[in-house]
Amino acid sequence: MEPNRRPPAVGERTLTGVPASPGRAVGPVAVLAPPPALPGVRPAVDDPAAETARALAALERVAELLRAQAASLDGPAREILEAQALMAADPQLAAAIAERVREGLAAEWALDAAITSYQEVFRSMGGYLADRAADLGDIRNRALAVLLDAPMPRPPAPGHPFVLVAEDLAPADTVRLDPQTVLAIVTRMGGPTDHTAILARSLGIPAVVACTEAHRLYDGVPVAVDGDRGEVVVRPAAGQAPPVRPARPAADAEVTGPGRTADGHPVALLLNLGGEDPERAAAHDCEGVGLLRTEFLFLDRVTEPTQEEQYAAYARLFRAFGDRVVTVRTLDVGSDKPLAFAAQGDEPNPALGTRGFRTVRTCPGVLRRQLAAVARAARETGARVQVMAPMVATPQEAADFVGMAREAGLAEVGVVVEVPSAALLADRILRQVDFVSVGTNDLSQYTLAADRTRNALPDLLDPWQPALLHLVGRVGAAGRSLGRPVGVCGEAAADPLLALVLVGLGATSLSMAAPALPGVRRALARHSLRDCRDLAALALAAAGPREAREAVRGAVGW
Amino acid sequence: MTVAERRVTVASPVGLHARPAARFVTAAAAFDGEVYLARPGGPRVSAASMLAVLTLGVRGGEEIVITAEGDGAEELLDRLAEIAACTAD
Repeated sequence: MEPNRRPPAVGERTLTGVPASPGRAVGPVAVLAPPPALPGVRPAVDDPAAETARALAALERVAELLRAQAASLDGPAREILEAQALMAADPQLAAAIAERVREGLAAEWALDAAITSYQEVFRSMGGYLADRAADLGDIRNRALAVLLDAPMPRPPAPGHPFVLVAEDLAPADTVRLDPQTVLAIVTRMGGPTDHTAILARSLGIPAVVACTEAHRLYDGVPVAVDGDRGEVVVRPAAGQAPPVRPARPAADAEVTGPGRTADGHPVALLLNLGGEDPERAAAHDCEGVGLLRTEFLFLDRVTEPTQEEQYAAYARLFRAFGDRVVTVRTLDVGSDKPLAFAAQGDEPNPALGTRGFRTVRTCPGVLRRQLAAVARAARETGARVQVMAPMVATPQEAADFVGMAREAGLAEVGVVVEVPSAALLADRILRQVDFVSVGTNDLSQYTLAADRTRNALPDLLDPWQPALLHLVGRVGAAGRSLGRPVGVCGEAAADPLLALVLVGLGATSLSMAAPALPGVRRALARHSLRDCRDLAALALAAAGPREAREAVRGAVGW
Repeated sequence: MTVAERRVTVASPVGLHARPAARFVTAAAAFDGEVYLARPGGPRVSAASMLAVLTLGVRGGEEIVITAEGDGAEELLDRLAEIAACTAD
């Protein structure tokens, strides 16, 4: 956000917004600059060597800045920044960028594409590495700022506690906030900030969102933020509101255990997992695993992991979760996440290519061996294990997968609904399987025809898009009429407000990253199934994602 | 030119992540020669690449094989083995 350098009117002035996290705090403003965007026009590359050099010089500059910043700090913060500097100066990243420049991308786009693909790998590996994806995103933003000669986006570090003012906060930004130095948060957008709100609440940081005049605030101006009333007082009178550190809201602690609506309708709250430590993951208050991404066992391997190795990993996880359900998604790779031992050849359009369950067309053995390893681990641990195949597009494919899984000895077999064709024929798919889980991230990419590996079309990929919700509703209705469970395992399930809508649309379980569990659990506990259905109707009828979110937020009174 | 190889067990409970990875990569990147890291029998990756080392996803208690080619390879391996065997995270 471009800060307004002109001092505000003398005396007090009150800006209003939407209360997002309770509590009051007073402190000086520090403004977060927005991340730079790729220009609308992509230039042709005449001199690939010069273009690569330009990208690498920008990364070297970023690495230098990070090292300099690290040198001014101590302890873990220093080491985090030093590690980030190593990533910025990474020789493999440099090679990946050079490769993309040779393919015709200019420096900015080559950098963006190379970093995005590393982020995908990190996210798919889960745990510690998934968190590092945000560090890569930060490197991308900084390097783009250098290339485009734009202001450097960086979390403000004025050296004293401050009120963070931003156009909008990405979940990753919020996660990295230090509650010791961030007194309060004020954002101008009401956007997908439900993450921001819930994280601010869990950190006990007062927050006001959708504060349309937030751009008038500039670094250093004192403000008093009231997160209960949604007000920001500029230059408050001395002593007006002491800097109260709000207590961590007790409400999160009060609601524990299985997810249920206010009227007792059960909605299983499950965990999305990758390569995290199973025992640590199992310690979370959840009813099991709704999505185990198994790619972490396979990526970066020259040879396929042996059945024995796979069995050991699955068995350890199943044991950790005891009698709680574990839903294993079979290998979701293809030409976008290539495997050396299951070469697919080059595909110009990998998202639409031989990926997910479709890999059985070229190398069925990989899936057979995986299913055998899962089945053996399930048998020997006595765990309740479900398997589901990604990228199933037709009832026939669903039936084929069920056949393979049953042959391996697995009892509960489902599919991920992430291709619009599968949502459209959800009733026929559900007749073949025991359950389905809606993968909202890919379903939104395919429904809105917007590439989710790029950042260019965020509004189309907004999970509040009514078209996406209509498809989810269609799957939910099919599940209800056939009496089969319909889960949601995409990022949409992690948004407490949207979670209510999903339940209203017929979701019987929600699977998400661990930090989102308390907020979703609490939202459900405050609303009946009937409320959820009413909210779903509002969202379905809305003109667009923004209107859907606002209508539901307004009805809920958040 | 010296080629040296060493097998060590990663002692840090977080595995070759975070601080141990940063120390490991910093030491490897400063070496004038090639340094590789692998699981026993597995594919090797450049030990001078933070991204490669992180995506290898080595966990605490796992055995790794470090190979270095160049002058002072043995000394470098001493240092890398020490970092890998350090129990602090």
